[in-house]
Order: sequence, then C-alpha cells, then structure tokens
Amino acid sequence: MSKSNKYNFGIVVFPGSNCDHDCYHAIKHVFGQDCEFLWHHETDVDRFDCIVLPGGFSYGDYLRTGSIASLSPIMKSVEKFAQAGNPVLGICNGFQVLVEVGLLPGALIKNSSLKFVCKWVSVRVESTNNIFTENLKVGDTLDIPIAHGEGNYFCTSEELKELNDNSQVVFRYCTENGELSPESNPNGSIENIAGITNKAGNVLGMMPHPERCAEEIILGTQGRLIFESIISWLNLNKKEKGRA
Amino acid sequence: MKEYKVKVEVKLKPVVLDPQGKTVLTALHNLGFEGVDDARIGKLIELKITDDDAGKVRARVEDMCMKLLANPVIEDFVVNVEE
Repeated sequence: MSKSNKYNFGIVVFPGSNCDHDCYHAIKHVFGQDCEFLWHHETDVDRFDCIVLPGGFSYGDYLRTGSIASLSPIMKSVEKFAQAGNPVLGICNGFQVLVEVGLLPGALIKNSSLKFVCKWVSVRVESTNNIFTENLKVGDTLDIPIAHGEGNYFCTSEELKELNDNSQVVFRYCTENGELSPESNPNGSIENIAGITNKAGNVLGMMPHPERCAEEIILGTQGRLIFESIISWLNLNKKEKGRA
Repeated sequence: MKEYKVKVEVKLKPVVLDPQGKTVLTALHNLGFEGVDDARIGKLIELKITDDDAGKVRARVEDMCMKLLANPVIEDFVVNVEE
C-alpha cells in the first residue's frame, strides 16, 4: 500500500447505524486515510473517493431492513456517485440498503434459522473482477465475523444466473478448508452467497464485517485485504486528482 | 373528496421460503392442531386516504407498494379500497 496518497472516505450515518465508528476507526487509524461521517440528510458527496454504508439497524429495521434508509436524501447522491464508477462498500445493513435502493439485485430476508447469528465464519473469494478483491486470489478464504438476523440472500433464478455469468458473486460462505456446504451457510443464502457486486464491479454489498477484523488486537486481520484493495485501486485510478 | 380506508396485504412470494411461517406451522402441530398444511406470514398495512374516487386511490396505493410498502423482488401485494 502506497503511503504517499491519502484518500477521502465518507461513512454514511443513518439513524440506527451502529458500525459507523468501527469503519471510521479502521479507515482513519488503521489505514491512515481521511474519513468523514456523512449524516443521511447530506447530498454533496463529490469530495469523496469512496463511500461506505456501515452496518447497524437503520430506522430500527422498520418495514424491511434498509427500506427507509434507501429513501434518505443522501442515497440519490450515492447512486450518482456509484453510477460514475466510484467505489461504494455496503456492509451488513449497508448491503441491505444497497439492494433496497436497487444498486444491487436481490433481497436479504430473515435467516433460515430465525436466529440472529453472531460468529466468525469463513468466506471464499469467488471473483477478483472488482475493486474490492483486487489484491486477493479466487479460492482464497477469509476468516471474518458476521452479526445479522436478516442476511439470507435471495434473488430470482434469472438474477442468479446473471450474477454467476458476470462473476458478480464475490464471497460465498464456506468451511475452513474452503468447501461450500449447507453446514457452512449461516443464514440460508442462495448458493452460500455472502457478498455480491454490481456488473461494473464498483459497488460491493457483503454481510460479513471486514472492519471488525482489521487489527491484530481484535484477533483478526483479513478484513484489511478488502480495504487495501480499495486503496490500491484508488492509487491506480485517482492519482489525477493530485491528492497528497 | 372522500376518505377511503385502504388495506394492503403484503405477502412473501410463493417461491420465497418463509422460515417464520414454517416455525409457526410446527408450533401449531405441537399444540395438537391437526390438518394444518401450511402457514405463511405477511403484513397488513392500513391507510386512510382522502381523494376523489376509489380508482385514483387504488392507483396511488399500488404506486406506494412498488416504491416502498412492498419489495417486488420478494413480495406480492393486494390492495383493498373501502369508502
């Protein structure tokens, strides 16, 4: 990771977001990047290089998870930001907001166990054709925590075919050895899907929390690889902005 | 202008697994209720809307369903309009 370039990350805060500070800490203090909280009423996101939609329970999960947040004033700007090819990372509730706003296909429904699942899982990297896993290899496994009640990914069979055909499935839940099995699927997601991108590969939604495994002191560091991939991509693509 | 009472039923599409419904079905069987073959759980949303006629109300509520009240990816909805 280049030390010369610093990028500006915006973390959107909805009423009920609760992983915003974890993301801020990881980005600002672990990776040394600039970072700002963005209240959901804001509409100007042009100064940012990457937008993060953090985990939590926006609007108390009323109606459907992420549904009310997806109508926040900031989301129109985030949509434009994404359509311009900039990186947008939605983690957990952020993933739920991204599917509700339509930047990603499908929906996230109640875990098949009906339980809130909070534990470490393994995910296998399925695609590196995007901004977020550029520094990884297909088949790599990451140990990463999940914490959600509604992470059961669902989409139509046509959408699923399209996701697979375009290499948009980025992570699948797997065993420690990287095997896909029903036992390693913590929430009932179709084909063990844990994270997907849009077609262009600049919008990632994932249920696991990379910001919760970015430091040795919290007993996991493999989430770093995702943030480092974003920074590598910014180094290659944002130099013209001349930030130092 | 009249006030209409609108009931919107939002249900998971038949192809979407409903773990809540399954759990309730099992609980009904455990209580000894026989012959219960399926249980699906949905939502009922009640609205009061003032407008000129029932047709307009229906069209507006269907628009609301597509934009917010239901998620067309996973849910079907039925709109009932009463005066």
